[in-house]
Amino acid sequence: MGAMNTKVIEAEYDYVKPASLDEALDILAEKENVKIYAGGTDLLVKLKMGADLGMDIMMDINGIEDLYGVDKTADGGLRIGAAEKIWNLETNADVIAMYPILSEAMHLMASVSVRNMATIGGNFCNASPVADTVGPCMCYGACVELKSKKGVRTVDATEFFLKPGVTVMEADEILTAIILPAPEENTGAAFTKMARVRPDIAKVSISCVIKRDGDAIKDCRMAMGSVAPKPLFLGDISAELAGKKMSAALIEETAQKVHDFVKPIGDHGTTAEYRKEMAHLIAKEILEKAWENSGGELA
Amino acid sequence: MSMHEITLIVNGKPQKLTVKSNELLLNVLRDKLFLTGAKYGCGIAECGACTVLKGDRSVMSCLVPAVAADGWEITTPEGLVVDGELNAVQEELVNKAAIQCGFCTPGMAMAGTACVRENPDADEDFVRDYMRGNYCRCTGYQAIVQAILAACEDAKNGKRV
Repeated sequence: MGAMNTKVIEAEYDYVKPASLDEALDILAEKENVKIYAGGTDLLVKLKMGADLGMDIMMDINGIEDLYGVDKTADGGLRIGAAEKIWNLETNADVIAMYPILSEAMHLMASVSVRNMATIGGNFCNASPVADTVGPCMCYGACVELKSKKGVRTVDATEFFLKPGVTVMEADEILTAIILPAPEENTGAAFTKMARVRPDIAKVSISCVIKRDGDAIKDCRMAMGSVAPKPLFLGDISAELAGKKMSAALIEETAQKVHDFVKPIGDHGTTAEYRKEMAHLIAKEILEKAWENSGGELA
Repeated sequence: MSMHEITLIVNGKPQKLTVKSNELLLNVLRDKLFLTGAKYGCGIAECGACTVLKGDRSVMSCLVPAVAADGWEITTPEGLVVDGELNAVQEELVNKAAIQCGFCTPGMAMAGTACVRENPDADEDFVRDYMRGNYCRCTGYQAIVQAILAACEDAKNGKRV
């Protein structure tokens, strides 16, 4: 990166705005080096910072009807259109009632103006290890829906990410929706994000959803941001909790496992050691809170 | 690089423009329409100086491709003034002396207006949370928050926001 001028975009490219999803998929199938513009809050920052994206065509997917809507699915879950703005979702009554920590995590992102622009699909496709909407979606058991000229496939959110900025998506695919399963009874969730001030991106974040069966854990899912090269689903550590009786000792033991498992990096403003210590602290906090929210009591 | 004919509805007036695919809304507003109220601050949507309204919602114009704003109804800081009269947020920013160097003020007026329109019953926590994307490097936040709270009262008393 040379001298930076964030006043203008120096890269040159063509702009297209397909009117329908079919037209957009045609463009992706026929043209090379197409980047999708949705909210622009990551793409345009990269362009302005001089990143070489190799973009010949910016494809604007705003206004494509198929990419909008927050609709109940047949099994009682929710289908969220990928181009829905973060602000629309954090204030959506169904999202708040059914997936409270998704709404909470969205509300804690950036600023109102950025959330008026940014989309949930963009937060996934940008594939930052920090992505705040991803942890809650992983814990609620979300899938992403990918469409291309060849057809449609769904991928579990925990298997969508490969490394920073890279997902399992092919160049001819569009992420069309996030699909969440129906919430279950006696379920509690919690989300925490550590940042110096609120608009900051997370130094470390954690999400947890616990399904309770009396005084035992029926199922637990935890995910973390900013502790690995991709949003990290703590599948094994979470799965070990299934069937166990909840206790302060179990929480402490699990928090220690989380601490030992994560391998964060240090970057500007946050050391790896700090992230590791915080992982222990917030894992403990989040398990206690999710358990409490599920209606459980700690002995 | 592609060129595009667009129409922006700026402060109620349709503006026909020809823009390049990589031009930004902020620069078009400032350099082509000479509406210099919105400011270039950080250029990456972190400071809020470039805030404008799309309908009633605030957006950062430094990160919007001008071509993508085709058909948008945009209000710039200039558009908050009607027949020479400031709106309630602008007026309270003056009343509370919530201006030091003044560079952030237009953005504060825009975001503050969105805040009052969204929730005229806002309390201080709501206002501070809502305004967290707008930086004042003179750090004059206290007076700015008080001005927006006062504008909420004005709005409830029928003053234009």
